[in-house]
Amino acid sequence: MKPQHPARAAALALAAALAALPAAARAQDGIATGNTSAMSIAFSNSYAGNSFRQVMIKSFQQIAAQAEKEHLIKGYTVVSANNSVTQQAAQIENMILQGYKAIIVLAGSDTALNGAIKDACGAGIVVVAFASGVTEPCAYRVDYNLDSYGKAELDFLASRFGNRKVNLLEIRGMAGDGFDKRLHAGVEKALKAHPNFKIVGQVYGQWTETIAQKQVASILPSLPRIDAVLTQGGDGYGAAMAFQTAHRPMPVIIMGNRQQELALWSKLHAKTGYETFSLGATPSVSQVAFWVAQQILAGKKVPKFVEVPLLTIHQADLAAWLAKIPPGGVANATYSQALVAKIIDANVHHTALPGIPAPQ
Amino acid sequence: MDSAARSAGAVRAGRRRDAAAVGLPLGALALMLAAIFTIRPAAFSYFGITLLFKLAVPLIFASLAQMLVIMLGDIDLSNGAFVGLISCVTALYLRDAPARALLIDAAAIAAYAGFGLLIHLRALPSIIVTLGMSFLWLGTAILLLPAPGGVAPDWLVGFMAWRPPLLPLPIWLALAAAGAGHFVLTRSSYGAVLRGAGAHPRAIARAGWSLPALRAATYAGAGLMATLAGVTLTGLTTSGDPNIAPGYTLLGVGAVILGGGAFTGGVVSPVGTVVGALTLSLAGALLSFLAVPPTWQPGAQGAILFLVLAGRVLIAEVTP
Repeated sequence: MKPQHPARAAALALAAALAALPAAARAQDGIATGNTSAMSIAFSNSYAGNSFRQVMIKSFQQIAAQAEKEHLIKGYTVVSANNSVTQQAAQIENMILQGYKAIIVLAGSDTALNGAIKDACGAGIVVVAFASGVTEPCAYRVDYNLDSYGKAELDFLASRFGNRKVNLLEIRGMAGDGFDKRLHAGVEKALKAHPNFKIVGQVYGQWTETIAQKQVASILPSLPRIDAVLTQGGDGYGAAMAFQTAHRPMPVIIMGNRQQELALWSKLHAKTGYETFSLGATPSVSQVAFWVAQQILAGKKVPKFVEVPLLTIHQADLAAWLAKIPPGGVANATYSQALVAKIIDANVHHTALPGIPAPQ
Repeated sequence: MDSAARSAGAVRAGRRRDAAAVGLPLGALALMLAAIFTIRPAAFSYFGITLLFKLAVPLIFASLAQMLVIMLGDIDLSNGAFVGLISCVTALYLRDAPARALLIDAAAIAAYAGFGLLIHLRALPSIIVTLGMSFLWLGTAILLLPAPGGVAPDWLVGFMAWRPPLLPLPIWLALAAAGAGHFVLTRSSYGAVLRGAGAHPRAIARAGWSLPALRAATYAGAGLMATLAGVTLTGLTTSGDPNIAPGYTLLGVGAVILGGGAFTGGVVSPVGTVVGALTLSLAGALLSFLAVPPTWQPGAQGAILFLVLAGRVLIAEVTP
């Protein structure tokens, strides 16, 4: 890109007109305390139509409202595009106009928002993308390491099945989607360590229980005995229902921290001693993104990629978690400003991430 | 309206209907802009208007593509997937192998024309054939580019960020698209034949025109417009994504109907369609400026659409 680009020049002029970021960017541990009370933060979300996203938005609003009350920020907004990337790009362009100092993005596409994100960075706005692999280098990314997702699933199955031959059904997200591709790549990488595991079927469940159930039900008649089901979250309950209605033995279905899934797991455990494992992204990762944005505005030095720990649930913690999650909800944690500062510091120093404790 | 006043009665009535069809979305557009400029006066600037309408440019072309198909009395469900395919081709090849990119684009447009011909010759329902086509486009796009990526050529990104004199680029492009469409479809005699192919195909055939050729040409035109949509969209996003624009299919239909088109065939307005596309792309922006809570946004956007369309029905009843 040519640096003397006219749009870039205009954006720079606008950036100069906007209040500059607090100058001192110290590479210091702990919470940065630069004054951000006059700054507003916007959240551009690609889709609001499932329980995960609903909780995610609520988590964001809850923490942002609290920060507003404590005069850490001036205000905030949340805008959802109806799963249309072009609409989301337009919304980000609008946020630039509206004068926000930071824009948090849950992108509907890894690449399609690059133009809009670059416009925002050019206008001096801090862009934090989370739970999405946005490729525009000027954006900060807050995300899980999806390799560890697939690895955790297979490691658990290895502890259950040992060295015997295991037939797997993999439920993926959506064809052509970046998150799905990265998670699947992690699964394939982890599979290399387990030659006794074989994926015998693959469906796209779109992270939605009803679609997962339909897809699994339609592939099931063509499959041999399934020992375990790999999932991406939001598809475990649907898969279980498909197995149940087909009167097939219930495989070990990796769950995705949904209340519905955990309740089913708990019921099956009481009835048959069924045991599995649940893991997932916490919807409140939006809070991590919020604090990362606030901390950057406050002058903290933050690496371009901030890894967030996954929330895992084992049999021992199942009852404690289940008691805490409302029906229809997802296992969630609250990230405080201090915890996020710790996560950032762990990323800076490449040390182990602070874990998410089970509820008491 | 000046020239309309001088024309004969029948023509005058027709023009008045046209003006009413365009006037309504234009009024809605003006209202939304007024609201946005009141909330945020800074948006009323060259820079602000550019940001507001940037993403409307590809939608304008996608809507014009849909308009051509609706003009034939058909409907195109593959439009958005086709834009996604072109976006992938553009991001993959246009920078390093422009000849290959153009060749694939041309082949895709020819395929579009071929499907148009197929629909006509076998008298198939367009809604079924184009639904099938949409999977074909998406499948091809995913084969070419399994995960979002690729890079748009610098000249294309530079063009979409260009700041021309007087008016922002999106406005110039909208004016050019509306003007060209108006001239070709509404004013020229060939345009009358094309519209006739949708409204009274038998009469056009009796007059010695080849219906298969007309329909294939119109579908090719739709393919060309959708290609322009894909190329301009890639210039804005700077990379390709197979799933980038499924929404364009129905938004395009919305823009055509909003702009005075009808599903009966032959009744379309290029100017109205362009204004309709601008209105639809601004509806989302308005909601974010009004700070509507996120859970209400999809519903509110539907309500805006519904109000504008309801207004259209009212006006259609009043004007003969």
